[in-house]
Amino acid sequence: MTRVLDVDDLSVRFETDDGTVQAVDALSFTLDEHEVLAVVGESGCGKSVSLMSLLRLLPPSAHVSGRAQFGGHDLLTAPASRIRRVRGREIAFVFQEPMTSLNPSFRVGRQIAEVLRRHLGLTRRAAERRAVELLELVRIPAPDRRVNEYPHQLSGGMRQRVMIAMALACDPKVLVADEPTTALDVTIQAGILDLMRDIRERLGTSIVLITHNLGVVADIADRVLVMYAGRKVEEAPVKDLFRGPQHPYTVGLMGAIPRPGGADHQGRLREIPGRVPSLVGPWEACAFAERCPRADEKTRSEVPPLREVERGHTVACFHPGPE
Amino acid sequence: MNGTPTLEVENLVKHFRVGSQLLGSGAVVHAVDGVSFSIAEGEMLGLVGESGSGKSTVGNCVVRLLEPTSGTVRLKGRDITHLARRELRPLRRDMHIVFQDPYSSLNPRMTCGDIVGEPLRIQGLARGRELEATVHELFDRVGLRPELRHRYPHELSGGQRQRVGLARALSVSPSLLVADEPVSALDVSVQAAILNLMRDLQARMGFSCLFITHDLATVEYLCDRVAVMYLGQIVELAATAELFTSPKHPYTQALLSAAVVPDPEVQRTRTRIVLEGDIPSPLAPPSGCRFRTRCPLEHESAPRSHEEEPPLIDVGRGHFVACHLVHPGRDDAHLLDAAELA
Repeated sequence: MTRVLDVDDLSVRFETDDGTVQAVDALSFTLDEHEVLAVVGESGCGKSVSLMSLLRLLPPSAHVSGRAQFGGHDLLTAPASRIRRVRGREIAFVFQEPMTSLNPSFRVGRQIAEVLRRHLGLTRRAAERRAVELLELVRIPAPDRRVNEYPHQLSGGMRQRVMIAMALACDPKVLVADEPTTALDVTIQAGILDLMRDIRERLGTSIVLITHNLGVVADIADRVLVMYAGRKVEEAPVKDLFRGPQHPYTVGLMGAIPRPGGADHQGRLREIPGRVPSLVGPWEACAFAERCPRADEKTRSEVPPLREVERGHTVACFHPGPE
Repeated sequence: MNGTPTLEVENLVKHFRVGSQLLGSGAVVHAVDGVSFSIAEGEMLGLVGESGSGKSTVGNCVVRLLEPTSGTVRLKGRDITHLARRELRPLRRDMHIVFQDPYSSLNPRMTCGDIVGEPLRIQGLARGRELEATVHELFDRVGLRPELRHRYPHELSGGQRQRVGLARALSVSPSLLVADEPVSALDVSVQAAILNLMRDLQARMGFSCLFITHDLATVEYLCDRVAVMYLGQIVELAATAELFTSPKHPYTQALLSAAVVPDPEVQRTRTRIVLEGDIPSPLAPPSGCRFRTRCPLEHESAPRSHEEEPPLIDVGRGHFVACHLVHPGRDDAHLLDAAELA
């Protein structure tokens, strides 16, 4: 497996009126060619911010540190001109809400063509021809008619396909999909997941899938990274994680979702008491300590380091284990 | 579960006119087209559907935030379909609604205590110290610290706000609670707490509930019976266990097969029925069977599916299906089978 992206000790801080917010704290992860890595966590855990920081998509108030090796360069120190070449061309983003990511006043074909003309220097005509091919690639019926439509004329699922087509325009090495199916209905979601699988198979694209939906993770991910309050708390190959979650937060998340087919009308869903802590640091404790049934003195006074419990399965907890 | 149902909805229709009627360019959105169901005392009915299926419109018609175009809504036997605002007011004690977005459904200028106590005040059920005590008790019941009574909605988390919404809805001990996607905007760990709370409160207070959602797993966890909507109509209605183990309408089957299971080993070996295309526009629903444009079995039911609307019929054990291919006499072996469809 060729390594595509190697992120090491990534931290993102925001200076606010209330103090320093540590949105991402010493996060390390890697991404291999052809791999689907899922980054899982609840709102505010830093999953989107960490990926956005790699391409400098954050506001100037963000302080980013660490290293991120991609294509022989460190993305965090590379000159802006280099980042502009990477952004959209080698690493492409797909966001949750396609309606707000598309420009409502331009035809979708023109928006896709813009990417091609800017990054690949295609002529207008060549770019528009390629736009039709891209719509075909993401399985939009009647692509030669659809290129001439405006975003509002397309359904939600279709718009998300257009976003993916745009992201794939330059044949990127990495596709970062941030909650790509959250705004969509389940029957439409199924199609988008199939499409992402297909893209990985046919084009060999690596995918970082940011999501809170463990069902989506189970469907498509190879490896999973669980984040809590800006830190990585667990990482494992998908089957290992679902078979034997080690961190009490992961265990809690898995017990919190009602499972289709497993309806036991008496059984209750697991609740995680309390709420996500404020990210105004610094802390000298496990971020999950306040909500954790396993917490003790040590948990409250030290940050648990990441340890490998089995091959490829790491967890940041002093008391790891499935239950 | 005997006697008059808490809620009876008969042939409910809600159309919205859009565009300019004056210039004659107006069109009609067929949001809900002939929906019937009832909810017994203490029963939880799940109303499931995708966006644009009309499920929220049904909820809004039931609590009369919208006036139905035609059909009947009866609350504990009383016809409330066309009651005027003033006549509705005393009935507001008996039915309440909780919305999806706890951010926009609470008045930002009122304290949470005032929000929860407002229905009691308006209904003249309590005031002064008694009101104060009831609100305190309600906070306790929905798992909120009583100090939060003096806070404003923006100071609370999403989950806490949804609890305030529930406390407000239940303050007057309604017979019917309509919950419109009450957990969809919340994080997973918070969702679990709210779903557990709803189950506990229902068991304790015994209200009937119309639970509107797009999430099948939630319905399976919470509801006694489930109705599945597609493009303004109910296509299938059955007891929860029955619907999940032997769904009969091809749409229900597709919906169940598309829901993702949080277990990679199960999820990756499931057969998925992928529906072609998108839900048609409710401005011009297809003739005959509304699902026919996406139905994988359309070739079997045509041309009848183009001409006739399939009625919702009982195929046994209170399992209702609206499909030309499903009828009571049909042997189980011939019924649509997920594996066969794939």
